[in-house]
Amino acid sequence: MNFAVLQFPASNCDQDAIHALRCLGHSARYVWHKENSLGDAHAVIVPGGFSYGDYLRCGAIARFSPVMQAVKQFADHGGLVLGICNGFQVLTEAGLLPGALIRNRDLQFHCEHIFLKTVTGHSPFTNKIPAGKRLKIPIAHGEGCYFADEDTLARLNANHQILWQYCDADGNLTDTANPNGSLLNIAGICSETRNVAGLMPHPERASELLLSSDDGKWIFESIFAALQERPAAQTAN
Amino acid sequence: MKVKIVITPKKAVLDPQGKAVRNALAQMGYTGVKDVRVGKFLEIEWDGTDAESARRQLDEAAHKFLSNPVIEDYKLEIE
Repeated sequence: MNFAVLQFPASNCDQDAIHALRCLGHSARYVWHKENSLGDAHAVIVPGGFSYGDYLRCGAIARFSPVMQAVKQFADHGGLVLGICNGFQVLTEAGLLPGALIRNRDLQFHCEHIFLKTVTGHSPFTNKIPAGKRLKIPIAHGEGCYFADEDTLARLNANHQILWQYCDADGNLTDTANPNGSLLNIAGICSETRNVAGLMPHPERASELLLSSDDGKWIFESIFAALQERPAAQTAN
Repeated sequence: MKVKIVITPKKAVLDPQGKAVRNALAQMGYTGVKDVRVGKFLEIEWDGTDAESARRQLDEAAHKFLSNPVIEDYKLEIE
């Protein structure tokens, strides 16, 4: 499978994403934010970083980059898009995912491993995650607190759009296990059409045991499996 | 023409910065401070004299880009 990993000015997790995908046996290439096409990509990763210095708001400027038009069209046609950290922020700013990411409630930048509970296996991003498995994945963010109004939260729940929640090592959704104050301990969600997802933790930094956890690979394996199941080779073209 | 835009977090949104500032003010002895919300101030130098046109365009910009309507409100003022 071919992956497109976007690069905005000051994205800095693009190389890790490319590395993780290639380690897992797939083809991945960089797509610069000024490009108008995603080429023959089967899926898109919007990586982490501090695009445009987080000026104005995180992801607020990146969402207007030319490449985001191609991403929007790709998503509208059912293409798989995964936003990681700043990528999640870009996707919410672009309106491809609901809600917003705001400053961590304790105003601290959190750089640590957390545990994720996978709420539903019914998505192209969670279908291969072993049931009940807590994913140990690192976070590194100062503005990862997920916010959405009550109606949106109700809708996310009803539609099973909440994919991952922060939990403790035993899978409990406690306040202590919530590093940033996200409502409902939300770490990641998907769109109503389920082909676009975003999460604040970094699965690309937990895809090799060398980095103390390879739990992140399950998210990528889910995407690979979902792509295999598609009837014809659907590419960005 | 100068256009001033003030962007503030919506009431329902957690504002940890505001809380931190309020606590600091209390510690400094300003006991009259009940609440603080921290926002943004933009000053735009607009090329033109048509206030209505400026307001219409910057209102759109404020809604689409300068503020995030999910978490922020804005007020626009033309001098």
